[in-house]
Amino acid sequence: MRNPAWRVGAAAAVLLTGLAACGGGSSATEGGSAAAGGGGDTIKVGLLHSLSGTMAISEVTVRDSELLAIEEINKAGGVLGKQLVPVVEDGASDWPTFAEKATKLIAQDKVATVFGGWTSASRKAMLPVFEKRKALLWYPVQYEGLESSPYIFYTGATTNQQIVPGLDYLKEKGKKKLFLVGSDYVFPRTANKIIKAYAAANGMEVLGEEYTPLGHTEYSTLVNKVVQAKPDAVFNTLNGDSNVAFFKQLKSAGVGADTMPVMSVSVAEEEVKGIGVDNIAGHLVAWNYYQTTDNPANAKFVEAFKAKYGKDRVTSDPMEAGYNSVYLWAEAVKKAGSTEVEAVKKAAGGIALERPEGTVTIDGENQHMYKTARIGVIEPDGQIKEVWNSGKPIKPDPYLKTYPWAGGLT
Amino acid sequence: MEAVVNQLPIGLSIGAVLLLIALGLTFTFGQMGVINMAHGEFIMAGAYTAYLLQGWAGRQAVLVALPVAFAVAGIMGLILERLAIRHFYGRPLDTLLLTWGVSLVLQQLARDLFGAPNVQVQAPTWLQGGMGILPYNRLFIFALAVGSVVAIWGYMNRTSQGRRMQAVMQNRQLAAVSGINTGRVDQRTFFIGSGLAGIAGVALTLIGPVGPALGTYYIVDAFLVVVAGGLGRLGGAVIAAAALGLLNSYAEFWTNASLAKVIVLVVIIGFLQVRPQGLFVLRARALT
Repeated sequence: MRNPAWRVGAAAAVLLTGLAACGGGSSATEGGSAAAGGGGDTIKVGLLHSLSGTMAISEVTVRDSELLAIEEINKAGGVLGKQLVPVVEDGASDWPTFAEKATKLIAQDKVATVFGGWTSASRKAMLPVFEKRKALLWYPVQYEGLESSPYIFYTGATTNQQIVPGLDYLKEKGKKKLFLVGSDYVFPRTANKIIKAYAAANGMEVLGEEYTPLGHTEYSTLVNKVVQAKPDAVFNTLNGDSNVAFFKQLKSAGVGADTMPVMSVSVAEEEVKGIGVDNIAGHLVAWNYYQTTDNPANAKFVEAFKAKYGKDRVTSDPMEAGYNSVYLWAEAVKKAGSTEVEAVKKAAGGIALERPEGTVTIDGENQHMYKTARIGVIEPDGQIKEVWNSGKPIKPDPYLKTYPWAGGLT
Repeated sequence: MEAVVNQLPIGLSIGAVLLLIALGLTFTFGQMGVINMAHGEFIMAGAYTAYLLQGWAGRQAVLVALPVAFAVAGIMGLILERLAIRHFYGRPLDTLLLTWGVSLVLQQLARDLFGAPNVQVQAPTWLQGGMGILPYNRLFIFALAVGSVVAIWGYMNRTSQGRRMQAVMQNRQLAAVSGINTGRVDQRTFFIGSGLAGIAGVALTLIGPVGPALGTYYIVDAFLVVVAGGLGRLGGAVIAAAALGLLNSYAEFWTNASLAKVIVLVVIIGFLQVRPQGLFVLRARALT
């Protein structure tokens, strides 16, 4: 009568849940070629992104653009006459792994600097490692602000360069009632705190605020809640694969961009392809760069990227920020005449480069960038058309000190 | 109030998705006792089959892909069974580790073949739009789940192959001495179980992401349905899927998505305390 299989089954189900919670990704690692640490005629730099697991969809593309920048710099003679050698590690969408691999890159590979991360959770996991070991991290993705580590350079947007302009745009368009949808971790929760403070000060109303776990794929209940609340617009801070499920299910519930536009801050050209342009055309995004951004530096970047990785590949904001990071670091090293961390940090302030997104200047004080905010609408061909920009680069203000409504935020 | 009523069909449609992803497992896990962690990757294989068929089937790829994905995932399952799993029968924990390894390999293979970013499978135009709160693509998945259950039930109870499968499941030794080639039955069971995962994969392209990590998003739910339903019980899986779908839908409606997951797990653990063998129990003199 007794079948022991159920015991194993129950145990397996519990075990599985644990595994899935850990990201469930593989942990393939690409080791860099073994060069002498720091010395000789090469400089080792670390690239640390999720090449597996739920975040691989996004982070692999940033690694690609960073490798392109390294290749270009090497072709042009390298940095201080030395060739750059990338050491690529996989963070596996698992935050403790990021800390562990960061330690490995710094202590074992002795890299001069690390370019890496995507989610704020991964950055928060790496931060103490870099601060303790006094090493340098270049973090290429827009994030929730309220942070300024002396050992991190933030080359993506902080909130006043992306979320606040996004809200300004919605306000300008008369969208007064918002519904907030996000993944359940630090970036969306902090971003939504800022959005609620903004809404309260600007006569806007937040009708609902919903979070789903990373990797969540069942959005019918959430879509039902959104539809019932009847907001003017949805502010979306979902990350990774969840965006695909959310937009597919929103579209099939008959909610269109004309009646209820979704403003996304983590959906770029690469994600649009996976979501399917049918499902997302007409919705809004807020970034600092689009593949369509019109300037000579971008034309060159897009052409070089497609030549290296294939014609059907696209470029996106975080990819461009990753690409910039390598150039900005190289410029700082040239100015400092050394790869020594403190010297590079001192030299970095005030460096201004013409990048695909326009002029990018390093703010020496908070180590963020001056960036131009751009709001775009997703076109039926999968590209993003800019419908608004801030005109000039906005000074980074990670703690929103210059915004009176943000007084209560920490 | 309208929203509360709306959650009912939503819950049932979530249940249909759960049932579809779990059906294959009721065969391989439920009937053969094989904890196949690579089941999720067979689902993924089905989804990528639809993606590849888009080349010539265009927007009808989802329809064309159903039989093809069944065959593709089925053959993958068969290969896995022949090469590896058959050496591990009766050692469930070893099988778990083995198939988990296989699932990692398959994920990385998909990443190398198709790239890490998600790909897009276009839904047929006749699946766009919907009735009330339920989109046509959900109704399609619902119909697919019902169709699969009916087909399996028919196969199990109305064909000699199906009866042999039941015989092996109920008492392997007795079936073997009665002249049934149990090895062949095992192969067939694994082929069908894996093939059903392929069909689920095609259906999921309508509502979710199509990428290398696809399998990991559904595997836990699939196991929960099979365990709660009672191993190897078709009827149990149907009821468990519907119940979990409704529970999920209302728990998320009244709380939020993260808490709903916790509630569902707690309810299942509680339920298994009361009925450790699941909803339906296979009555036989001896097992395994």
